[in-house]
Amino acid sequence: MENKAIVCKELTKQFGDFKAVDKISFDVDQGEIFGFLGANGAGKTTAMRILCGLSFPSSGEATVAGFNVYKQQEQIKKHIGYMSQKFSLYDNLTILENIEFYGGVYGVSRPEIKKRSQELVAALGLENETKKLVGSLPLGWKQKLAFSVAVFHRPKIVFLDEPTGGVDPVTRRQFWDMIYEAAATGITVFVTTHYMDEAEYCNRISIMVDGRVEAMDSPADLKKQFNTHSMDEVFYQLARGAKRKSD
Amino acid sequence: MGSVIVKNIIKTYGDVKAVDDVSFEIQKGELFGLIGPDGAGKTSLFRILTTLLLADSGTASVEGCDVVKDYRAIRNRVGYMPGRFSLYQDLTVEENLNFFATIFGTTIRENYTLIKDIYDQIKPFSNRRAGKLSGGMKQKLALCCALIHKPDVLFLDEPTTGVDVVSRKEFWEMLDQLRQQQITIVVSTPYMDEAKLCDRIALMQKGRIMSIDKPAAIVSSFPGTLFAVKADDIYKLLQDLRSDAAVESCYAFGEFMHLTLAADGDSENEVKRIAEKYNPQHLEVQRITPNIEDSFIRLMQEQAGSEALKQVADGK
Repeated sequence: MENKAIVCKELTKQFGDFKAVDKISFDVDQGEIFGFLGANGAGKTTAMRILCGLSFPSSGEATVAGFNVYKQQEQIKKHIGYMSQKFSLYDNLTILENIEFYGGVYGVSRPEIKKRSQELVAALGLENETKKLVGSLPLGWKQKLAFSVAVFHRPKIVFLDEPTGGVDPVTRRQFWDMIYEAAATGITVFVTTHYMDEAEYCNRISIMVDGRVEAMDSPADLKKQFNTHSMDEVFYQLARGAKRKSD
Repeated sequence: MGSVIVKNIIKTYGDVKAVDDVSFEIQKGELFGLIGPDGAGKTSLFRILTTLLLADSGTASVEGCDVVKDYRAIRNRVGYMPGRFSLYQDLTVEENLNFFATIFGTTIRENYTLIKDIYDQIKPFSNRRAGKLSGGMKQKLALCCALIHKPDVLFLDEPTTGVDVVSRKEFWEMLDQLRQQQITIVVSTPYMDEAKLCDRIALMQKGRIMSIDKPAAIVSSFPGTLFAVKADDIYKLLQDLRSDAAVESCYAFGEFMHLTLAADGDSENEVKRIAEKYNPQHLEVQRITPNIEDSFIRLMQEQAGSEALKQVADGK
């Protein structure tokens, strides 16, 4: 149990008589890169909100970084990082201000913030840009910075919600290099994406359809199971039967 | 004469060149793709061509009408589906469609055949407010609204962004049917795998067109031989090969990595010999045909490499 970053047992979220998340069960290991895929409206966002401590489940059990999703939401929030394509950094703060802000919010000490931010900007090659507004950075840089900020407080798990949407193919791969580096230091990565080639970079993926996890395995084994060479085809076979099309 | 003609268009915002001297011509009935990431200049081009934005310089015409002088005529003849959902959220599906038909001086009935196949899929929800529709259905409604006045040219700005594989596939099937109606379609997408579904594509990056041609021609102009390599610990092998002098470029691609050699060799054994220095388990190497994304990455690298040269060339 201690080695599991996330444990879900029959986790369910119901709105009225609509089961947005319907008895999903899975474990994610510490240091694993776990791809959380699904059709639009399959219930990914709802499930992620529960795992991030932002919403209570209706029934079932789950722990994130060892903390209970019903009783220890605040502890969960402290031990995870989060970034999404839609919102990550404050455009009208500088790079350094954003880093200091997030470090402060997560309770990283001042001397430690100073030390880590120097390392961070050096690793990204942004030493000369620290006083620039984040809004003036190209999207690719912004997303790389957002990821570094999301793991700045050394969380156990980082949740990435479509982190590479709209990013060019070269930067997308640099972004995945950063994901691999983070995973190598023991951080668990929980990631959603619409790029099927990125699904292949995950150790394991799950595919949600109509609120349920319909498939979960390594990309290679899933392709074997569905007798195809393309992840696209696996996804298509599973999701085309979806009854729900609502978000 | 081309259906859409763009000549030396430049558009800057402050000191950012959003569109940097872009020219192309699209034929009547062609399905033309602008392929590139955010910041490539796709949306600015769409807005210029739909007369919603003025270029700094250059000229453009749509169906023979100038985008500046004849903007009123253009607005009647094009359909535009912007990247951000921009129908009326508080109106129902049917009210939205009726509204767009009315402002273009037509009726739903008059052009119903054009949208029938698409509208049938959302018809069960015709009384639902547009704001309550799912992503895939909003997209279908937006397409119907852009088509209801039977435009000569259809502009679709990233219609499939953020949409899952199934809906994307359905959407491209709809476009395929529309192209048979002789409507010129200009579509943009950040998904490189969608490029092959277009008649011709322009690969764009940072306001410039890197390459413009039929998808097959772009792929076949890929210089050198491309290999796909796979092993158990692929990330370690990727890093090892990247730092190897015999390897020109090497990047992850799905379950494989794609690799080119510095001295253009075309033998799989050569690649195996290099990789085996790093003791990979279950090594697999095969020659492969590049795809659009490989070409895009290649062009980006070439452009970055020739940035310095270009400055010299520009100075001439």
